[in-house]
Amino acid sequence: MLLIAVLWIVEPGLRNPIWASGVIRFAVPLAILAACQTLTMLTGGIDLSVAAVASMAAYIMATQTPAQGPVVAVALGLAATALAGLVNGIGVGVFRVHPLIMTLGMSLIVLGLMTVYQLQMVTSGSIIPESVAWLGGGTSFGFFTNSLLVFVPLAALIVFSLRRVGFGRLLYAVGDNEIAARLSGVRVWQVLVTLYVISGLLAGLAGIIYGAVTRTASVTLVERFLLPSVAAAVIGGTSIFGGRGGYSGTIVGALILTVLTSLLTVLQMPEPVRQILFGAIILVVAAAYTRITDES
Amino acid sequence: MTDFLLEATGVAKSYGAVAALRDASLGVRPGEVHALMGANGAGKSTFVKILTGAVRPDRGTITLRGRERGMHSPDEARRTGLIPVYQEPSLVPDLDVLANLSLTRTPVAPFRGWVEDLGVHGLDLRTPARELPLAVLRVLDLARALAVEPDVLLLDEMTAALPADLTEHVMNAIRHQREAGRSVIFISHRMIEIAAICDRATVLRDGETVGVLDVTKGTEDQIVTLMLGPVATEPAATRTRPPVTPETLTGPGAPRLSVRGLVAGAKLQDVSFDLHAGEVLGIVALEGQGQDELFDVLAGAARPAAGELRVDGRPVRFGHPADAIRAGLVFVPANRAQALLMQRSVRENIALPFSAPLAGWGPIDVTGERRRINDAVGRLQIDTRAQSEVRRLSGGNQQKVTIARWVAGGVRTLLCFDPTRGIDIRTKREIYELLRELAAAGAAVLLYTSELEEIPLACDRVVVIFGGRVVDEMPAAGADEPTLLRAAYGLPPGALTPEEVVAEAVAIEEAEASPAAGGDGAVGEPREAVREPAPPAGSRA
Amino acid sequence: MTAAAGTVQGSAPGRTGGTVARVVRRNAWTFGLAALLLVLFLVTRAIKPTYGAAELRSLAIGALPIAFAAVGQAIVVISGGIDLSIGSLLALTNVTAAALMAGGSEESAVPVVLFVLFLGLFLGAVNGLLVVASRVPDIIVTLALSFVWAGAALLVLKSPGGGTAQWLKGLIDGTIGSEWIPEALVLLVVSVALVWLPLRRSRLGLSMYAVGSDRLAAFRSGVAVAPTKVAAYAVTGLFAAMGGLSLSMSTGIGTPVPGPYTLLSVAAIVLGGVSLVGGRGGLLGPILAVFVLALIRADLTFLNVDPNFTTVVQGVIMVVVVMVGAFATLRRRTA
Repeated sequence: MLLIAVLWIVEPGLRNPIWASGVIRFAVPLAILAACQTLTMLTGGIDLSVAAVASMAAYIMATQTPAQGPVVAVALGLAATALAGLVNGIGVGVFRVHPLIMTLGMSLIVLGLMTVYQLQMVTSGSIIPESVAWLGGGTSFGFFTNSLLVFVPLAALIVFSLRRVGFGRLLYAVGDNEIAARLSGVRVWQVLVTLYVISGLLAGLAGIIYGAVTRTASVTLVERFLLPSVAAAVIGGTSIFGGRGGYSGTIVGALILTVLTSLLTVLQMPEPVRQILFGAIILVVAAAYTRITDES
Repeated sequence: MTDFLLEATGVAKSYGAVAALRDASLGVRPGEVHALMGANGAGKSTFVKILTGAVRPDRGTITLRGRERGMHSPDEARRTGLIPVYQEPSLVPDLDVLANLSLTRTPVAPFRGWVEDLGVHGLDLRTPARELPLAVLRVLDLARALAVEPDVLLLDEMTAALPADLTEHVMNAIRHQREAGRSVIFISHRMIEIAAICDRATVLRDGETVGVLDVTKGTEDQIVTLMLGPVATEPAATRTRPPVTPETLTGPGAPRLSVRGLVAGAKLQDVSFDLHAGEVLGIVALEGQGQDELFDVLAGAARPAAGELRVDGRPVRFGHPADAIRAGLVFVPANRAQALLMQRSVRENIALPFSAPLAGWGPIDVTGERRRINDAVGRLQIDTRAQSEVRRLSGGNQQKVTIARWVAGGVRTLLCFDPTRGIDIRTKREIYELLRELAAAGAAVLLYTSELEEIPLACDRVVVIFGGRVVDEMPAAGADEPTLLRAAYGLPPGALTPEEVVAEAVAIEEAEASPAAGGDGAVGEPREAVREPAPPAGSRA
Repeated sequence: MTAAAGTVQGSAPGRTGGTVARVVRRNAWTFGLAALLLVLFLVTRAIKPTYGAAELRSLAIGALPIAFAAVGQAIVVISGGIDLSIGSLLALTNVTAAALMAGGSEESAVPVVLFVLFLGLFLGAVNGLLVVASRVPDIIVTLALSFVWAGAALLVLKSPGGGTAQWLKGLIDGTIGSEWIPEALVLLVVSVALVWLPLRRSRLGLSMYAVGSDRLAAFRSGVAVAPTKVAAYAVTGLFAAMGGLSLSMSTGIGTPVPGPYTLLSVAAIVLGGVSLVGGRGGLLGPILAVFVLALIRADLTFLNVDPNFTTVVQGVIMVVVVMVGAFATLRRRTA
């Protein structure tokens, strides 16, 4: 939390409405992707397929729009992500494959499938539907980022669910102590399967919004958000070992990272430095959490 | 005294605020078999870890052949001549036997010799340890230790659950070690073995060495007295007892829970008993007699290999704890780390079972939940000052939370596994009182506790388990601590008659000429169980 | 392993059949893979009768970096860890070699090669040290470090470039003896054998298996657990450097963007019979698995299947194999 304050102070020159709306426009898809990481990390898991799944949603939507119209296209995109999430969930929850391996494998599968799909879709062309583009990437009154219309209710729903909904509580329970959850009668696999489906859907939503922001669609569109999505959740105070954290912190984390990225761009800091920084942040924060948890 | 081969003095070790060892000492003479005794929680296992170099002591010295050494790793302890053999095999499962030998720098030829001597024939050294049966692995562990001719051999519960013929071989190996002028530290729950093989015994209580004595006729009673401490000398009757629910309560209708011929894991051999509504039934057992497996099965956390469970007369099978909970069986484990969400609040911990079934996945009825939780918190008098994270609560309060979780939902059958381990005396009393209240209100409570002196306070009836079988059953009212401990060790009740001692000693140690080890096998037929026929406790030794 | 404690001497393995039978039994998976490879090769010949020595050579060259990555991954997984940064390590060592060799003389490449190998060893040791010191799970540490090393690679070379000494490229170019024995394969076998065979026979190698199999038992047997883990990561780094160098050899340049080697290496070791929980498996299995995967890719191409499907197939193979493996472990534990 200290970091935000520091950044805000260090960065006063850039604080104007247009810059801010730009930051928010990029921060929204990142924050949604980070929601996937937050929710899965609460259970002690992780979802590394979000980038591939998000790209898939955006790409399916864009390529299906010409033939099917925007509504069906969006639905198709989200259905595909739910399916990917379901497979993840079955792998993690039923077969007990380590979430990292499972979701990495899933990202490979999704990427491969999409590349094949891409070659079959060359002719159809891709369109980001206007409505989606307006909602996901547009601004109103020069400064209001329209994607907030989606994001604010969504974020409120997630924050509320984690506190006041049985399923949200179970995520913490499973991540904090799976044995205790089991002994209390929780069928852990049900929780995990549901969770990864939700994670897939959220990733799809993030992909569609990001597609609208950039007005492009490609099978690797969201790839560069993978590590930041993990970093945002970790910075936001969600323990990578499960049981601790929440979504509001993650939103702040996503904002910090977007600001940081924009700052590094302004300072002409090259991409590699950013990568190293992100990697180091995750490592340091994870190590710090380990210390804290070990001591008690 | 300088004639000790191994001497440990003033050894202390604390984990955080908990002192596992305060002032432990041990002197082992050359050519003796030395028993290390202590009740559950006396600090025995910590002492063993320190002796073997797995844990570094906070204070104290350990000398071997008069030379002091700071043993900081098992490897170092090994090289200085102390070789441990643990209850669980410590061969690396994926390496073959030969590789395991070279890992510990054990010469192969003497190892082979010992394997044969210990009664395992035709062993292929290229077999991965994983593929060998448990009993063979134990023997290999022992042979590996003997092969390097250690100055001190430490056998930690080596004979537990070992087949009778192998136990005999182990005893022979111990005698060989003694005849060669080397020493053995022998740890066992079986008094018969202690009496049969050991020369002297060191007794630990509450992390301190409270006595060293020569093992001779009737020493068992002395050892038990030492292990119990001063409390045991005061008569049980002086303690105040809450009113006991009369046994007649169990009269009509089927018992709440009925267990028949339950077998599970390696340790639970054959257990049967009934648990009635309105009673607190105590389970008494030494560590590792199958009670863990019993509770796991009843809580739905493990599946039995054989046997039958009935709840209210209807047969049940549990595939998941959720099944047991639906049948009204709720479980309070000993290890609070297994029951609690340590990083979550008191509220969430208590409310956890509400959300567990699919029907509880939706929005939470906040006011209703608060009412139920507050009721439970009030009833158990949980100190909620540090309620935002359960791990900040004291152990006693943590344990109350695990119970409150089930009280909040209305309890029918409560399974408590050593719920008072490591918590303060006042909370203990409160918990026992609560169990009594719950029983009075019609719940059935099954209680295992390692604190025997608490049994008469909390229970109506007691079932004693030894070697995975029910060996005794008695009303709790008359069960003072010595009686229970003797029963738990599979010893007969009351004072031993000399005839019994002699008869058993002759049977067990007939061939043994050594006067020190010769014949104090304290075995008699255990008292007939009240309801269940019990096998002779000594039959497995 | 499910034999009850009650059965004693009788079940002490009196299995007969001699050394050969035992070798076959204990390496059944590897033999199966070898058979699968043979079948796949025959299938390939059937699909494309012209498939011959030249294709085999390019297959070996293409598979070389993956094989090195798989070997490295196998070693760290056997000792109970996992290295998700191996792809990045390949990229980093690859660009380091390319950058240092660009414009240099043929002879100057020798110290560069040695330096890069040392760099791999060092970076691997850093991975291991951070795993041991931070007490964070291996999988998280190496995931975070994968981004650090990838970033470092981009710092060394912004875009694909640099150079490679001719003799290095020549090292994997041709065949030795028969035209059926590609140099790339020989290089692989020789370098793996040079490092692994002495290691395998040493106490360190034994310790790696022991730590991976059962930390507590290893500790009680006198194994220094932490140094063993660091050493395993270091050796993995060394093989990653070999993989990076082999990338230089086959492409002649350095590419700062990590290829899919991390995933492929995990897929290969799982398919190659190395248990992800550690302690079990060898190096031959993973190497065979790499070639099986490569041949599948080739066959799919010959069958005019979209080449991108190979990614899918590899992903599916990996996930399915891991699932089956995890499921088997689960069954064993509950049994």
